[in-house]
Amino acid sequence: MLVNNFLLLGALLFCIGVYGVIVRKNAVLVLMSIELILNSVNINLLAFDRLWADSGNNDGNVFALYIIAVAAAEVGVGLAMVLLIFRNRKTISLDDLSEMKG
Amino acid sequence: MLFASETEHEAVAQASGWFLDHAWLIPLIPAIAFFLIIMFGKKLPRGGSEIGIASMLASLVISAGTAYQWIDLVGKTEHAEAVTHSTTWFEIGSLKVGIGSRIDGLAMMMLILVAFISTLVQIYSTEYVRGDRRYTHFFGSLTLFSAGMLTMVLAPNMVQLILGWEIMGLCSFLLIGHWWEERANSEAALKAFWTVRVGDMGLLVGTGILLALFGTLDIGEINAKAAEFTGDHKLLALGAVALFIACIGKSGQFPLHTWLPDAMAGPTPVSSLLHSSTMVVAGVFLVARLYPVFHTGLDINLAGHHFNLIAVIGGITVLIAAGLAFVQNDIKKVLAYSTVSQLGYMMMGLGVGAWMPAVFHIFTHAFFKCCLFLCAGSVAHTGSHHSFDMKKDMGGLRKKMPITFLTWMISTAALCGVPFFSGFFSKDEIIDSAKGNDYKVFFVVGLIGAFMTTAYMTRATYLTFFGKARGGAAHFVNEHEDHSHEPAHDEGHDSDDHHAPVVHGKPLVFAPDDSPWQITVPLIILGALALVAGYLNAAAKPFETDYFHRWLHSSIGVEIPEAPHFEWMNAVPSIALVAAGFIVSLLICKAVFGEGNSPLKGLTQRNAILGGVHKFLVNKYYLDALYEKVIVRGIAHPISAAAYWTNQHILDGIVNAVGKGGKRTGEMVYKYIDQGLVDGVVNGSGTTATHAGGALQPVQSGKVNLYGALLFGAAAVGALVLVLVNS
Repeated sequence: MLVNNFLLLGALLFCIGVYGVIVRKNAVLVLMSIELILNSVNINLLAFDRLWADSGNNDGNVFALYIIAVAAAEVGVGLAMVLLIFRNRKTISLDDLSEMKG
Repeated sequence: MLFASETEHEAVAQASGWFLDHAWLIPLIPAIAFFLIIMFGKKLPRGGSEIGIASMLASLVISAGTAYQWIDLVGKTEHAEAVTHSTTWFEIGSLKVGIGSRIDGLAMMMLILVAFISTLVQIYSTEYVRGDRRYTHFFGSLTLFSAGMLTMVLAPNMVQLILGWEIMGLCSFLLIGHWWEERANSEAALKAFWTVRVGDMGLLVGTGILLALFGTLDIGEINAKAAEFTGDHKLLALGAVALFIACIGKSGQFPLHTWLPDAMAGPTPVSSLLHSSTMVVAGVFLVARLYPVFHTGLDINLAGHHFNLIAVIGGITVLIAAGLAFVQNDIKKVLAYSTVSQLGYMMMGLGVGAWMPAVFHIFTHAFFKCCLFLCAGSVAHTGSHHSFDMKKDMGGLRKKMPITFLTWMISTAALCGVPFFSGFFSKDEIIDSAKGNDYKVFFVVGLIGAFMTTAYMTRATYLTFFGKARGGAAHFVNEHEDHSHEPAHDEGHDSDDHHAPVVHGKPLVFAPDDSPWQITVPLIILGALALVAGYLNAAAKPFETDYFHRWLHSSIGVEIPEAPHFEWMNAVPSIALVAAGFIVSLLICKAVFGEGNSPLKGLTQRNAILGGVHKFLVNKYYLDALYEKVIVRGIAHPISAAAYWTNQHILDGIVNAVGKGGKRTGEMVYKYIDQGLVDGVVNGSGTTATHAGGALQPVQSGKVNLYGALLFGAAAVGALVLVLVNS
């Protein structure tokens, strides 16, 4: 198996994630799409890690774990914000949250 | 070759048989079924329930085949080793983490149990939650829940065990909060999830300690090394305690038992599955699975030791949960506390070195407790207008619901430990072993527990099936006896009206006699098993069977004392106490809830001491208050107070000082530089900025999606530039 396949998978996931961020109107789904993007990066890291596995270097693995931890924290904060927005506004549709319009 | 998936067929010289080699299919089928249900369930004629039931049946068939071949294997070879198959899942550095299956007696027993009960519960659910708005999701979660338990039971290593454990945690959250529109339900789901999570920390820490001690995550190797452990005993004890904390959380042991009764907020089939064979027995299973770790680490069966952590926690749980079961009005809560109490028995059994009786109690308890919950569901579904309140909406149902009544009585007898019913053979063995292994205190605890069990079950049975029909039950009973009768229920049912009456927004089901077949058939099967399951390991005189022992004893993994020989004479005290519990409770029930005038009526209101005890029990020993008001606030409040103080005094001080300094500097700058030099420049740039801002204004749309698109567009341009520059 070539490393290319994993990079392609990563790219595909990344594109799906970006698509979700741009198109989805539901805040929770946008957060989920961001998770996809983060995980596509993880796949890349792991693929490269395996490519150089013989050198005994595990940085890619460790970095991926690090990203997973950060992603968990990010989702925690993100969902908390969505929850608060929902409590105050009774909606999580992003279209209704355009107070920042210049 | 990147990512070579290598299969390690470990030393399984004598292992053979298709089912033993393909046991990994057992959790995989329901896991796949979960995705199928979620994706296609809504389009199917039966809303996905057919996929769930089919997958559970397939798991059941494979489990049965596995069990058959394992029993065959045990019959052929004297010391049957566990059959392990494992594939590398991932590796970090030199540590390879596998995923696969480990079949031995314990796993075999649990597989059969989980697959069997899940199948029955799903059949039952097709009627019980019919027409529910999240019917498909319900079956999806139910199926994934079973898959999680099966994954855990099969686990050859700790990581897979944690995986299954956490899947169950998630699904219990989803299922308990199935009707999340009501706030109480979603709070109960959160409570269950977080309480169990407190314990889960222990699981991770304990697994880490085991890895540090033994350098492996493989359960077989851990057990073998722990059995003849000579190293740092303190560290092993610490690991065992950490793992046991996980079991306390999951199995609802004192002091983390508070989530279990609240979990009754979920639909009844969920409670039934949760409380019989999955989720709550996971903790007991973990102790049984890693028994050498606990046995060595916590000094179980060591000469001169009359107490250990597991036995003490189990013993406390038996008594306090049984005490709480007396003051519940909700039939499901009685059963919930009963489960907590019975889990206490299992833990106590493991704590006194009675591995076999404790595991056997998991087996028998699953059938009769599942049956009791399903009976309660049947009563609520058909007899009492979806109410679980025994005092308000039940009573006198025995004649109208003969099948439910009969199966309830059999299961109750089994739960109480009435001789010749299944619970007797397992529970009495635990009590007997506590005496035989020189744990006198726990022998007494077991006996008192048996007395209390009988007493509270008698109370629940009396309130539900005997006496005068009240509320919803009266409505149900009178509905069919006499149509011209004045409706006893105040919801205003008109007997001329042929439309189905509606209570609490749900149409009532008026079966002519008992619940529909989807409900009664599982009840009959489980009732029959509650009657006979005990004979697999009946040590009592005329039977003297030991199949269960023969199939499972290789799973213990450590030397434990022989179970004492069963004598009917030794069982006399517990039988006498069961009888006493029944009689005392019946008399009190008749006096308190019966029709006659009795001085006992309203005694808790009149007598200060009894009232105090009653209030103490109703408030669940104030443990919830302790957790929420004292511990959570005690930790959270000082932190926020300290943060506020820091904010007010330190940060504000700095900010104010900086601000004052800034103000003075600003005044100087304003006077000399700003007015003269800068203004000209500012005005010029201001005009420029106004024009640029006007041009860029559409970009600031306030739409998050557009910002995201701009971000990624900019990143893409940046990447393109990078590629062009570097190439």
